[in-house]
Amino acid sequence: MTTGERRHVRNGLLFCAPWLVGLTVFTGYPVVASLFYSFCDYSILQAPVFSGTENYQRLLSDSVFWQSLRNTLLFALLSLPAGMVVALGLAMLLNTGARGLAVWRTIFYLPSIVPVVASSMLWLWIFNGKFGLLNWVLGPVWRWWGATPPAWLADPAWAKPALALMSLWGVGNSMVIYLAGLQQVPVELYEAAEIDGASARQRFWHVTLPLISPVIYFNLIMGIIGTLQCFTQVFVMTGGADGAPARSTLLYALYLFSVAFYDLRMGYASALAWVLFLVIVTLTIIATKLMEKRVHYAT
Amino acid sequence: MAWGFWVDIICGRLMMGGMYGRWGVGLIMLLVLVLGCQRVPADAGRVTVRYWEKWSGDEAAAMQAVVDQFNASQDRIFVEFLSMSNVDRKTLVATAGGDPPDVVGLWLQNVYSFADRSALLPLDDFIRSTGQTTTEWQSRYAPVYAAMGEYRGAVWAVPSAPVTTALHWNKKLFREAGLDPERPPRTVQELDEFADRLTKRDPRTGQIVQMGFLPQEPGWFAWAFPRWFGGEYLAEQQIVIGTQPGNRAAYEWSAGYTERYGLEAIRSFASGFGNFASPQNPFLAGQLAMVLQGVWMDSFISQFAPDLEYGVAPWPAAVPGQENFTLADADMLAIPRGAKHPLEAWEFIQFVSTANRQAQRVEELTGVELLCYRQRKHSPLREWSPFFEQHHPHRYIAFFRQLANSPNAITLPKIGIWQEYRRELDAVFADTRLQRKSPADALAFCQSRISESWRWHQRSLERRQQ
Repeated sequence: MTTGERRHVRNGLLFCAPWLVGLTVFTGYPVVASLFYSFCDYSILQAPVFSGTENYQRLLSDSVFWQSLRNTLLFALLSLPAGMVVALGLAMLLNTGARGLAVWRTIFYLPSIVPVVASSMLWLWIFNGKFGLLNWVLGPVWRWWGATPPAWLADPAWAKPALALMSLWGVGNSMVIYLAGLQQVPVELYEAAEIDGASARQRFWHVTLPLISPVIYFNLIMGIIGTLQCFTQVFVMTGGADGAPARSTLLYALYLFSVAFYDLRMGYASALAWVLFLVIVTLTIIATKLMEKRVHYAT
Repeated sequence: MAWGFWVDIICGRLMMGGMYGRWGVGLIMLLVLVLGCQRVPADAGRVTVRYWEKWSGDEAAAMQAVVDQFNASQDRIFVEFLSMSNVDRKTLVATAGGDPPDVVGLWLQNVYSFADRSALLPLDDFIRSTGQTTTEWQSRYAPVYAAMGEYRGAVWAVPSAPVTTALHWNKKLFREAGLDPERPPRTVQELDEFADRLTKRDPRTGQIVQMGFLPQEPGWFAWAFPRWFGGEYLAEQQIVIGTQPGNRAAYEWSAGYTERYGLEAIRSFASGFGNFASPQNPFLAGQLAMVLQGVWMDSFISQFAPDLEYGVAPWPAAVPGQENFTLADADMLAIPRGAKHPLEAWEFIQFVSTANRQAQRVEELTGVELLCYRQRKHSPLREWSPFFEQHHPHRYIAFFRQLANSPNAITLPKIGIWQEYRRELDAVFADTRLQRKSPADALAFCQSRISESWRWHQRSLERRQQ
């Protein structure tokens, strides 16, 4: 390495240093510390006292922990596939080469840059059982079936589907990624498939999907991480930290927050955080295994 | 010469690279760092006491007036008042980080859990420094408020603005329903009967358009229903929520409203309610004829429904002989452990805890009376200045004072895990109201969960005493 190269490396490292220091101090240290705290009786206000596996043992018998885990997995099961289908659908519509594509792309992307608190307040009104926009639109359909329109967030049976429905509002990010993936698919392949007599459906299954499979895989993993950590919109929309109504929207992150900042059990909350980490890692591994033979990277 | 050098570095050579440029960039970064971290004293030469308070709006303005009065009353201490949301969580983090405010306005429910975790300074020594015993100091307050700051044999906080709650009723709706507008319900049975008479349905759709009473509106006091019905939360250091009959009676009563009027009918009716602090508040809008609310309600009535004809009464008796039942609460002032200026902080707290008994005009009100006058609340002190008593802006202030002195004024139980306990009680209320669990099952679940938490908490306290 010449002197000049060494200087470049040194300068490069120096320029990276603020970020590296930040990562170590503000992310690396808390992560390691939380692992230690998860084995401690720790209230934030006093020094941690080592308590062995007490926190993890309590988790097993904590029915609200299991309830929050069930709620979160159910919410992920509702919102993740729906979000992926809607994002891909919108991306495909935007990929048709219709006029005003840039305008439509902007319109569909805009909701995902609206601050979560603001959009949550908006959706509170949309979901209002009596005056809400959603029931104004869907009410006649419901009544036609002889049913009463749901009260959405006020009804424990409908609160989670309501949150999943609201999560579609933020599909803009994954839509843009799908769109980028779709635009990378070589046109010749569609032409060849068409000459071979493939229908639109067959072209989608046998050309589009395999070629955008890395993008689907990426969105799936990011979606798993995002939905399992969902917090802000539930905190805002259900008016606090207990997942009203009747804990039907008590998601994992919300319970973790209550335990840490209301009950002052930071050690237990750290154990909850590490279990969530393990759940996410497990689901990511499962998703990777399931997708392994279905993801095709262009060579 | 020197100025020219610096100006040259900063302005002239900055963009050119070279030695001066690098020094210039370094210097600016250093300046930004130093100036950014520096706390600029609000008033040079005086000790700055940082005071964090939870309220915004009118309540914060009232406390700001008291702070201004204190700052003007002497030239040694300057109180820097900062109103913020989530003051408890911010204080928690700041205390853990070793840089708490000097004075904090906590919710009452924070006092016991913070005290259990040694996050507050006991005030007993400060009180004695005034030449009074703790008993003398505490005896200045109405008993229910004096007791609030006492826990585990020490005084941890003092009340600033107090609250008592009462049944508020709409006289016009009473008149329309053929009830005596000057006669509120005196028992829970009467409350239910009146509620029936005041409930109206749309003859065409059958939907509820007006209700007499709804236990979940506003839903802030559902945890207090067990005490109202003669139950208890903790007895002889044991959780008894699932074993005392009064507790079960309370949630059977509240769930009874769902049985009587229908889950879907109530849900549909309640989904039309607007925000609490708005003219669409169901009580202010005339949708609900009776509601349990605090002394603060008069401010909202004056602001959003000035023509509302209303009266106030104690919570109707839920058990025989229960007179003047009320739920009392207060904003609490405390000094976090690690505060930089505890003595000065105490001086401010002392100022807020006293009043000018000779006041003849609003301008002469001081300390707690100025605060409570501006917030349209009663004073927590036993003795009031004649002006405060006679010219108070709240039309029913004497009644709220009477409630505060009632032997049946209850307040939050002194339990270090109260926030968790309360969440569980709210869950019991929701589960029974929404017919997801019977009161017996919901309370059994609560009993088992909180008993386990309570044992865990005790174990934690013992561990720290070892």
